[in-house]
Amino acid sequence: MSYNVNIKGYYGEFGGAFIPEMLYPNVEELRQNYLKVMAEPEFQAEFNQLLKDYVGRPSPLYFAKRLSEVYNTRIYLKREDLNHTGAHKINNTIGQILMAKRLGKTRIIAETGAGQHGVATATVCALMGLECIVYMGEIDIARQAPNVARMKMLGATVVPALSGSKTLKDATNEAIRDWINNPVNTHYIIGSVVGPHPYPDMVARFQSVISEEIQKQLLAHEQTSKPEYVVACVGGGSNAAGAYYHFLEDTSVKLIAVEAAGHGIDSGESAATSVLGREGIIHGSKTLLMQTKDGQITEPYSISAGLDYPGVGPMHAHLFASGRAEFLAATDNEAMTAGMKLAQLEGIIPAIESAHALAVFEKKQFNPNDIVVLCLSGRGDKDLDTYINYFKL
Amino acid sequence: MMNRIQTKLKEDKKLLSIYFTAGFPNLEDTASIINQLEQSGVDMIEIGLPFSDPLADGPTIQASSTQSLKNGMTTEVLFQQLKNIRETVLIPLLLMGYFNPILQYGVEAFCEKCQEVGIDGLIIPDLPVDVYVADYQKMFEAHGLLNVFLITPQTSEERIKFIDSISNGFIYMVSSSSVTGSQEGFGEEQTNYFKRIAKMQLHNAQIVGFGISNKQTFSQATAYTKGAIIGSAFIKHLTENREGTIKDFVKRILE
Repeated sequence: MSYNVNIKGYYGEFGGAFIPEMLYPNVEELRQNYLKVMAEPEFQAEFNQLLKDYVGRPSPLYFAKRLSEVYNTRIYLKREDLNHTGAHKINNTIGQILMAKRLGKTRIIAETGAGQHGVATATVCALMGLECIVYMGEIDIARQAPNVARMKMLGATVVPALSGSKTLKDATNEAIRDWINNPVNTHYIIGSVVGPHPYPDMVARFQSVISEEIQKQLLAHEQTSKPEYVVACVGGGSNAAGAYYHFLEDTSVKLIAVEAAGHGIDSGESAATSVLGREGIIHGSKTLLMQTKDGQITEPYSISAGLDYPGVGPMHAHLFASGRAEFLAATDNEAMTAGMKLAQLEGIIPAIESAHALAVFEKKQFNPNDIVVLCLSGRGDKDLDTYINYFKL
Repeated sequence: MMNRIQTKLKEDKKLLSIYFTAGFPNLEDTASIINQLEQSGVDMIEIGLPFSDPLADGPTIQASSTQSLKNGMTTEVLFQQLKNIRETVLIPLLLMGYFNPILQYGVEAFCEKCQEVGIDGLIIPDLPVDVYVADYQKMFEAHGLLNVFLITPQTSEERIKFIDSISNGFIYMVSSSSVTGSQEGFGEEQTNYFKRIAKMQLHNAQIVGFGISNKQTFSQATAYTKGAIIGSAFIKHLTENREGTIKDFVKRILE
């Protein structure tokens, strides 16, 4: 069994491009060109140069000694939190802005939930001098004011999504509608491994620099390029896709995905799609999603805005359905506690998304000799208010 | 036996088709709106099955979908409402909706129900052409359902020909690159597009949708095509007026 995308854009039974005809020319143009463009030596050179000099890659693979002692195993943190703009999101936006330029696009649109992908998109648009419009749910705009200000400072126009539940899924709907209205000059930078083919594969490839570096760095640390486990949080799943990518076909490396359980899986306020979702179609992709019996998409909940998505990328739906990855879920409380623990043991304040991945150590006992690589996808600066309110700091 | 849509397309006239969202403004309005539309002289009706995330629709149809879902509309409720519709209504009826609710209902069960209540065709904007051909074409045809595909000004000639080859009624010609309800009036660009497609001499008739709101745009849209569909403008009319004035709305288009 393969865990990569097939020629038709499917991961097992998941994926595809379930899009209205109005989007077909755009998506088809991208599908026909993305692999060709990515393979060009000049593209590769420019991409790698920017990742190095602008993003600050390679990001360190850090042996977390004190955390390892507490949990009696060997924990390495892949420090995506140290990237420019504070998370892994920039790997993808750098790749996609270069892709957009190769395709002759002059206008960039994006969706954002917490604002991390919006900031990463606004950043590369400023870097390249391209017009940038970011759709963001009206409710998210109110609760993520600093990121809204960042995007504005970077020259982006932030447009409130007023439809539906006024959060990430609606911002995505609005971005898709914008693309329908502007089919010729606009490129849509999707922020996760979601959406119609080829987006999940393209975004996974741009994020795959994470696992490529893990292999090399682990070899230097441990004389092996293979950890026992790779752990990552999954909302849409882009940091997990990047962290798993070069290990997908090697089943001796175990993959663990941690979803957001919110107030608890059975609480009615959760974002644990693998448990609560059923196969269906969201944003142009056949995947697992949270929905009513009648197929209406429901609103998820998590304390982490970045995991607050009712679907999951089709790659992850396949990893779940095939059993290739183990899916766990961490509640708000478990994630916040794990985040605090990392801060106090290692001096690193993680994004609340990444804190969900860290909760794995309370849920699963690893062997003392296991090498566990955990993708620390982002830093916690943006979440300070949430930490303050939660712990009454 | 000829499908009602195919029979209607043979009539020597420009066809007026109306879209409305089932369950809007009130849950129980569906059958009444359909009956009034037929009595007003409308040729064909597209009954919208509401979806929480209608990607191809502008604010007007989005809002009507949200309201309809709030009112309690579901696929099952809609089929209940349509159960006796063929006792009074003779014109072609199509269901228009996004694919996920149909997938969750079960595509085959959905087709069976459509046939049972007398639906003639389906418009599912996010059901891709290749998936339709591979998985559903035979099923739809076995239940007497015509599937209607969309084309846009950006659709390539080659793809239009392919869509024509797998269609068996009419092609839904999206007037411009936009979501529903965002255009006001047609310019030279649209006219050229209508002419370009007319010149292709397709097997299937073309019916224009998106951007038709009054007598003038209806005439422009049908100058080179078989008919036109009004959606958002009708929903707006329902929102701003009482449904009792449906006759006036249709009269203003057709007179």
